[in-house]
Formats: sequence, structure tokens, C-alpha cells
Amino acid sequence: MAATFQSLGASSSLSTPNSFDSKLFHVPRPKSLAERKGGSLFVRSDLFPDNGSKLKVGRAGNLAVNAVATKGHSSSTASKPGHEVLLFEALREGLDEEMQRDPCVCVIGEDVGHYGGSYKVTKGLATKYGDLRVLDTPIAENSFTGMGIGAAMTGLRPVIEGMNMGFLLLAFNQISNNCGMLHYTSGGQFTIPVVIRGPGGVGRQLGAEHSQRLESYFQSIPGIQMVACSTPYNAKGLMKAAIRSENPVILFEHVLLYNLKERIPDEEYVVSLEEAEMVRPGEHITILTYSRMRYHVMQAAKTLVNKGYDPEVIDIRSLKPFDLFTIGNSVKKTHRVLIVEECMRTGGIGASLTAAINENFHDYLDAPIVCLSSQDVPTPYAGTLEDWTVVQPAQIVTAVEQLCR
Amino acid sequence: MSSAFSAAKIIQPLNFAATIRSIDRPLFDSLKSIPTTPFLGSIHKLRHPSDPNSCSQHRRSGSIVAGVSDVVQEKKHKSASPDSNLLITKQEGLELYEDLILGRSFEDMCAQMYYRGKMFGFVHLYNGQEAVSTGFIKLLRNEDCVVSTYRDHVHALSKGVPARAVMSELFGKTTGCCRGQGGSMHMFSKEHNLLGGFAFIGEGIPVAIGAAFTVKYKREVLNESCDQVTVAFFGDGTCNNGQFFECLNMASLWKLPIVFVVENNLWAIGMSHLRATSVPEIWKKGPAFGMPGVHVDGMDVLKVREVAKEAIARARRGEGPTLVECETYRFRGHSLADPDELRDPAEKGHYAARDPITALKKYLRENNLANEAELKAIEKQIDDIVEDAVEFADQSPFPTRQQLLENVFADPKGFGIGPDGRYRCEDPKFTEGTAAV
Repeated sequence: MAATFQSLGASSSLSTPNSFDSKLFHVPRPKSLAERKGGSLFVRSDLFPDNGSKLKVGRAGNLAVNAVATKGHSSSTASKPGHEVLLFEALREGLDEEMQRDPCVCVIGEDVGHYGGSYKVTKGLATKYGDLRVLDTPIAENSFTGMGIGAAMTGLRPVIEGMNMGFLLLAFNQISNNCGMLHYTSGGQFTIPVVIRGPGGVGRQLGAEHSQRLESYFQSIPGIQMVACSTPYNAKGLMKAAIRSENPVILFEHVLLYNLKERIPDEEYVVSLEEAEMVRPGEHITILTYSRMRYHVMQAAKTLVNKGYDPEVIDIRSLKPFDLFTIGNSVKKTHRVLIVEECMRTGGIGASLTAAINENFHDYLDAPIVCLSSQDVPTPYAGTLEDWTVVQPAQIVTAVEQLCR
Repeated sequence: MSSAFSAAKIIQPLNFAATIRSIDRPLFDSLKSIPTTPFLGSIHKLRHPSDPNSCSQHRRSGSIVAGVSDVVQEKKHKSASPDSNLLITKQEGLELYEDLILGRSFEDMCAQMYYRGKMFGFVHLYNGQEAVSTGFIKLLRNEDCVVSTYRDHVHALSKGVPARAVMSELFGKTTGCCRGQGGSMHMFSKEHNLLGGFAFIGEGIPVAIGAAFTVKYKREVLNESCDQVTVAFFGDGTCNNGQFFECLNMASLWKLPIVFVVENNLWAIGMSHLRATSVPEIWKKGPAFGMPGVHVDGMDVLKVREVAKEAIARARRGEGPTLVECETYRFRGHSLADPDELRDPAEKGHYAARDPITALKKYLRENNLANEAELKAIEKQIDDIVEDAVEFADQSPFPTRQQLLENVFADPKGFGIGPDGRYRCEDPKFTEGTAAV
């Protein structure tokens, strides 16, 4: 049971040299520390080398379209190239670079301009690009989303921000009917290269309506792509990829992840919208996750490793469509799947993913797929109740132990 | 603002309550014989007791003035005198007539084809409202954008989409303007800048302000010279919808180059406008958002055209949006599935007498702009065009299976990566339309 990663600062004796372990993995500190302002969290995730070959397939991009930048060792921060950013800064960098590159890229949303964005993602952009390129809208989600779509049809590339993802429920009409379907119903005449982004997920006692996960509601809309960022690196990469994509892309951010810090490359990079990210290769079980739950999973992974398990953790990143290649390869190797998500149990991303894996990789499974999701409960305000609605690391550990029996 | 529209001319609010209950003051002379009921739902009460824009027979000594363009008022005065300047030239007149006839004939043919089983689903015909489409769209350039609703066949035709393309689309053939994928309610044309065709009411209006926003952006950010105008058409039912108000606000706020055209035909399927709306005068809602609100007789193409000229010019000059309420009527039911039993035959008769085609024909003949032969020639020509469109559509192929998965994504990588590591769109079965996605 060779451990295949080294934990930063852990006094674990499991560090066995391994042929492919030239890329190091850092186990993040417990989430509560990570999410405090100023907390430094190093999260590096490298693509499993075996999958490297697939990166070249069918790509005509001139940029290095890698799921991750393959960098050297990261033992000391001082010697590493790149610069440190918080996740919201990484998003802003991505947005800024794209706005500079293409004058048709603009931002539309509430308080994105003068206020700088309620999570500071667009801070400073209005001063730099003007009030029209970073447009402060009245509180009319349905209409300004539709306006973004109309602008996209006529040549612009708007990035539409929902101040909270939940507010985009008001824009569902436009997102479903126009954003998703218009390219098709117009017979391919009009493209809608919009990016719809915003923070969602369960925060710190924000109450039921500000703690929604809209991935499940949007996933059936044909014609859109959905991605969820989880690290500063993939946040910037996904933002840039989404802006450059000709398809409408919904980029899900998480309220609690905006202050994650990571060192990201100085040079320009874009990540693939359709690929998943290998966080930690392993042998015993495949854990599929995305967004904030990635950190709960990695925390549980620490415990699991100490107990002798070897979980493979994949951040699926692309919520629609699923990267069945990365996922499939993993299932074929470990034969056990645990899905950990923050979505609701009913009709969530996990439910779809379970179905997809069962359909495609049924023969490779040694055990039924287990899906850990949030309770089908409106997120309560009380902290204790709120903690029980989402999946906690202890539950993940228990589930793995049961699956691997 | 330096506008010819006198929104400020609304001196007194319409004393609606009084008009409802006053039986001895019916709104229309021609309807004197019809007993008016105090029931709020009656449509007779909608029209203003004084509507300076309606035909001279209905002119009253109105004390209430709707927000009407001074320009139109003046012109009306002028045209009342025998030796006045005409509103249109012969060339324009024939062009307008041709467009009206095209709209009418096409829609009549649609009805025939529907009942013969060539087209299916929801088909909403525009008979009776042609003056609005012709009056506005014939003033636009090709680069100007039009956004419509599900009642969009005639908007498409007026904008320049060939009758063949529209008919094929209705038949669901691959030669349709949207490859057969849109249908009656989703007419799009990039070439002619027709931005749809929307099934849900109100959802096209934000798209329209988006197109107008692009024009403003091009001017102010990209520093391109761009003075395109967007015209958004929608109905009376839409004017109670949130998107309508949200868009009026934003368009006015940013002075977007757009004209909002309300085709008030009094009925939203079976819901009378009066029964659904607290303040039925839609044009009044314009000034509430800082734009002129204009009411015009939508059965008279020349009046619509005059108002349209003003509104479009305003938008082009960068002075912002205008809300134009066109009083119009649909001669047929809401859709071909609507038995149309609810509307009063007298009301239908009243508006049938104001048929825009008859009105224009009369104007052209009376002012010696055209003779019977010329008009007949146009009608014949249009008949041929429509027949040809049907034949073309009939002979066009249906879409094959291959077409199923195309156009879902502009970039088909959006279908994702399959278990074999390749993008699904690279699977040869994808082009056959049989790939699993």
C-alpha cells in the first residue's frame, strides 16, 4: 500500500519513493483555516501522467491547454516561479487579461463596476475599462441576462455576473430558453458566447436562499456547458477558457473559496473546459468531487491515508459534460466510486454522474456507487444545522471505509 | 429633451371610471346601436373617447390629448386639405402595398397549409396587423435589428427574409431559415438581422435591448461609427410582464437606440386587455420611464409610418428609446388552434372595416398614386411568390438524422469527452447523428 503522495509538513512515514511521484501533492490544511482571510493554502493538483497523452487529442489551440501546468517540485515557495494570488484575484486576473486581449469582452452585473463586485472579482476593472465595459445594472436579472444574450448574438462577449448564483433563478427563462437553445433554434445562425458566473454554495450561515446550488437546476438545459472552479489555478484558467469559448458557459464559484491562496504561473494559460482534474492518484477507491467539497475530501483523505487507504481523488470540474475518460480510467483502476458533492441529493450532479458511470462502466464496478450529497433541506441558518446539511469529512471517511470493506 | 413627442401633452388623466359607466357616450359612432355594458371586461371601453389619431369620422372634440407627435398632428392637418403634400410617393406607396399584400397572402396560405397537414404545432397568424409590420420595418436598413414574438412570419417577410425560407421553415424542411429547427415561433435570420422569433412573451425584449447595447458599445468603446436601430415588437399581454418594465428602465437609463412597438390587439389569447391591465393605456407607461409614449392607429399604415419615422430617427440620433402603442387587431384567432369564440363579432366587424390593405388601396387610388391595374399586378406577383414558396417548401427535403446534433453547441467540444478519451464530436457517429452524447 505505497502512499503516492507526500503531505506538506505531515510527520507521516508513508513517503515512499515512487516512479511517477515526481509531482508532489500537498494536503491542504483543514478547511476552516484555509477559508479564513489571510490563511495560506497551497493546493497543487497535477494531472495523472498517464492521461497526459490525451491532452493532445483533437486540440487546435495555440495555447498550452493543459488541465494543469506541470511544474517542478514545490518544496519551498521562494524558489518557485509564478505569483501568489487569492482565488478571487485569480478570477480577476483571468477576466482582466481577456478584456485586454479582446475589446468585445465586457462585464454585466449588479455592483460590478463602481463597487468592484460584491466579492471583489471585478475590483478596479471599471476604472481601467470604463463604465460601459464593466456595466452596473439595475436589479433585473432576467432582463440583463437577456441583454447579455442579445449583445452576444450581435457580436459582444459578455461576462454576466450573478451577485449570488441563487439570483440567477430569476434569469432562468433567459438562461434556459435563449442562452441554451437559441443557437439551435436559429439553425446555427447566432452564437451566444456568454459566460454566466457567480458564487453559489453553502456559506457561513447565509440562510437558505443565499446558499443555493444551482448546478442541478441548470444541468438539463441543452446547449450550455457548466464548470466549477475550486483552486486559484483552475479558476483563472476556467475563466479564460470560458470567455474564449463560443458556447455559453456557466462558471460556478463558491462563496467560501474566494480567499484560497495559491501560486499560479506568470505566463498565460488556459485550462480545458471539458476535462477533469486529478487531485491525488490512488488505488483503492475513486472519489469524485467538485468545488468546495474537494477540500472536505482532501481533509478526509489525510485521515484515510493514516488509516492505510489510498484514495484517488478527482475534481470533476466540468459539471456538464462529464469527463468520462478521466473518470472511466479511474473506475477501471479502483473499481469503487464515491461521489462527494454539495448539491442536493435529489436530481443533483451526483445523481447524473452515478447514472453516467453505471451506464458506461458498470462492468468495472465491484461495489455500488455511493453518492454523498447535501440533505434535501433548505439550508438552515443555525450553524450546527447548517453543518449537518453538507457532507463533512468524517462522513467521507466512513463511506470509504464501508466501500472498501 | 429635444423631442417632437409631446409626452408632456398629457394634460388630464383619462377619467376612465366615467367612461365606463356612461352609456350615453359610446366610443365609436358606428357602435351606437350596440348596447354598452358597465362590465369592466367590455372592450368597447378601451378606446379613448378622444383619439386624435383615428380616422376623421371618429374625431371628437377631445379635451384629452394622447401623447402624439406634433409632427403627425400637423401632417394630419395638412393632408385633410385637398391640395396637401402627400405622405408618400408613388414608389413608396406601391412598396408598402406590396408588403401588406405579401403579409396577408402568406398568412392566408399558412392557414391553408396548416389545415392540409403541411405544418404543425402552434401557428400564430398576423392577419389584420400588417400595417404595423410594414409601417415600421420598411423604414429600416438591413443592418437594423428586429426582434419579434411568436407572431413573427410577417416581421420576417417585411425584414427581407425570402418567403421560400419562411415557408420551408414552417414545413420543417432543412431549407428553412432556421434549417427547420426553429419553426413558426422561432424565425431567425442573421443575414437580415432578425433576432427571433420567441415563444415566451417578453423574452425577446431583453435580447432587443442587448442588440441596442451592442450598438452603443460599438460607438463608445470600440469607436466605430454605428447608428443601427433595434425595433422590438410585442403585444398588449407582454406589457404586464416584468421584462417589459425592466427593459424600458434600462433602455431609457442608457439611452439605447431602440424602439419598443406594442401591437395592442386587445386580446392575449382569450384575455381581454382591459381585464388584465390596471392602466390600459400602454403608451402612458413610457413617460414613467423617461421616454416618450405614443399612441397610433395601427390599422393605418401611413400613420404608423409617420410615427415610426420619428421614433427611428430619434433612436438613430442617439436620443434614446420610444414606446409606440399601435392600436391594431388580429382578424383571426390567437393561433390556428384557437376557435376564437370569445370575441364579439361586432368588434371584429368594426376592425374588419378598418382593414389596412383596404385603407391603403383607397388612399393610393384617391390620391392617384396608383391605378387598379398596377395594384392587381402587385397582387398577382405576390400570389406567384407565395405559390412558389409553397412549392419550394414542398419539394425541399426534411432534415436527416445527421442534423440532430449539429447546432446544439457552436463549439461541439461542448459535448465532452467520451470514455475512449476522444471528444464525442470526433466520433464518426456524431456526424451521423447517432452518437451517444
